Amino acid sequence: MPMTITEKILAAHAGRDQVVPGEFIEARVDIALGNDVTAPIAIREFESFGAREVFDRNRLVLVPDHYAPNKDIKSAEQCKIMRDFARRQAITNYFEVGQMGVEHALLPEQGLVLPGDLIIGADSHTCTYGALGAFSTGVGSTDLAAVMITGKIWLRVPESIKIIFDGPLNPWVCGKDLILYTIGQITVDGALYMAMEFDGSTIRGLDIDSRFSICNMAIEAGAKSGIIAPDEITLQYVRERARRDFSIFTSDPEANYCRTLHFWAEEIQPQVALPPLPENSRPVDQIGDIPIDQVVIGSCTNGRISDLRQAAQILKGHKVNPNVRLIIIPATQSIYRQAMKEGLLDIFLEAGAAVSTPTCGPCLGGYMGVLAAGERALATTNRNFIGRMGHLQSEVYLSNPAVAAASAITGKISHPREVVSD
Amino acid sequence: MKRILGKAWKYRDNINTDEIIPAKYLNTSDPKELAQHCMAGIDEDFVRKISSGDLIVAGENFGCGSSREHAPWAIKEAGISCVIAKTFARIFFRNAINIGLPIVECRQAAEEIQPGDTIEVDVDAGKIINHSQGKEYKIAAYPPFMQRLIAAGGLLNYIKASQTSCENKIS
Ligand code: SF4
Repeated sequence: MPMTITEKILAAHAGRDQVVPGEFIEARVDIALGNDVTAPIAIREFESFGAREVFDRNRLVLVPDHYAPNKDIKSAEQCKIMRDFARRQAITNYFEVGQMGVEHALLPEQGLVLPGDLIIGADSHTCTYGALGAFSTGVGSTDLAAVMITGKIWLRVPESIKIIFDGPLNPWVCGKDLILYTIGQITVDGALYMAMEFDGSTIRGLDIDSRFSICNMAIEAGAKSGIIAPDEITLQYVRERARRDFSIFTSDPEANYCRTLHFWAEEIQPQVALPPLPENSRPVDQIGDIPIDQVVIGSCTNGRISDLRQAAQILKGHKVNPNVRLIIIPATQSIYRQAMKEGLLDIFLEAGAAVSTPTCGPCLGGYMGVLAAGERALATTNRNFIGRMGHLQSEVYLSNPAVAAASAITGKISHPREVVSD
Repeated sequence: MKRILGKAWKYRDNINTDEIIPAKYLNTSDPKELAQHCMAGIDEDFVRKISSGDLIVAGENFGCGSSREHAPWAIKEAGISCVIAKTFARIFFRNAINIGLPIVECRQAAEEIQPGDTIEVDVDAGKIINHSQGKEYKIAAYPPFMQRLIAAGGLLNYIKASQTSCENKIS
């Protein structure tokens, strides 16, 4: 029977020839992830279960990134629970402050997640790694605890929805715009419980960073996972990083999809998602004058090197508007260093931006840029829920890094062409 | 399973986990402390208004957003006995089942129940009873695997039981 890439990966990890959507399977996990918010609960459950050793100390990855470097005493204690556990269990892939980065940028960069893998993470944006052709999904802390004990996870095999983009991209359009556009079309529960599979000539032409942004936001359409079958671009990225074998899976041509959508990239302009849901996406030139107080460029969606390059291209030789605070957060240490080598940090500092060490920080309203009542931010993050970045009466708009950088200069949400030529 | 009977607190579609438990309270993982801030992102007085056993009734995609298990923990520890919604976001659904918080999908009940109605849910008999309106709704049974998880009292108890019986097949 023909299968999708998702069904093939799940079958392989369940020791089966075939699986069909709707059935429950128990699957072997290649990599499990926890962070300083979710791992402490998993550790508590692991210990109260009476478990002694994790299933594989090389396959559990622990990253303190949400409130680290520690925001306050309570978060310091959460991080300490994780650190102490990592030491006790001799976890190979525990990333201390100074090595850590935003988890979903860090794991691919470190070669920890590879094509054909089955990855679960106690973080909803674990779906990011689908960009490498892996099945990757977010779960809760009890699920993580169960994997820490058994190395296995229960899963319901999802239906797949196919999303095809064809044609060339307009200037200043990147992966972020394609996914915001998609969510605008299908709504925040349009892919509930499903695997979103992206393909088409536009997707094939995208660099790996844009692919990460797309799969990162599959969860914002309710999906279980996002996935892009591996190609030369994927292999180029993973070959120099992988330290173990991996498998390439692709969908059979006659595989079953519950729905197929076909979009034309030429019809898509840089997008902005208005609060309070990512589905409220519109072309940036159709939203009118919206003044902003803060711009955040970073996160697991858009804190990678190509995002910073885009922002620098716009910010070069300009000053941040006096009414705006611009906060730029390279997602990992190596992105930070690369940005330094390329002179991007200089451009940011010269423009009047604050550049932070890697952290989730403001993305979830944690610290490093929390909003007061009545304030409005434009962010390259993935959620614009009510109160996401601070006070319940603050607002978050979402965009790509070029729009964010241009808006930091003009002081209102702006198309990049208002600042630089196409 | 404990009897599910209480007053309905009704919410709209797409209630997200930032509304159920805002990120500013995520610097702790103590369920009791989390329960103090249950639904604080949408109603700061929620915990003071409810009585133990009350139910949350909501629209589509309840619990969307982050994977934080703090959300179902906060709801459970606050004393909410069950959540009825048109649909649930998938990670919230998993988490609730895994920690033993009863959740029920029922489109018509979620539509018709009014705030303050007295609601009873009988999971074994597969029905929701609205005592205030004198209505009854049938609810679909969980798939057999989930029934076993729920009967065991959550995922870790289920694993424990299957480990001791030397059997860890799930289907
Ligand atoms: S950057 Fe934001 S969305 Fe990404 S893992 Fe951190 S908090 Fe979550």
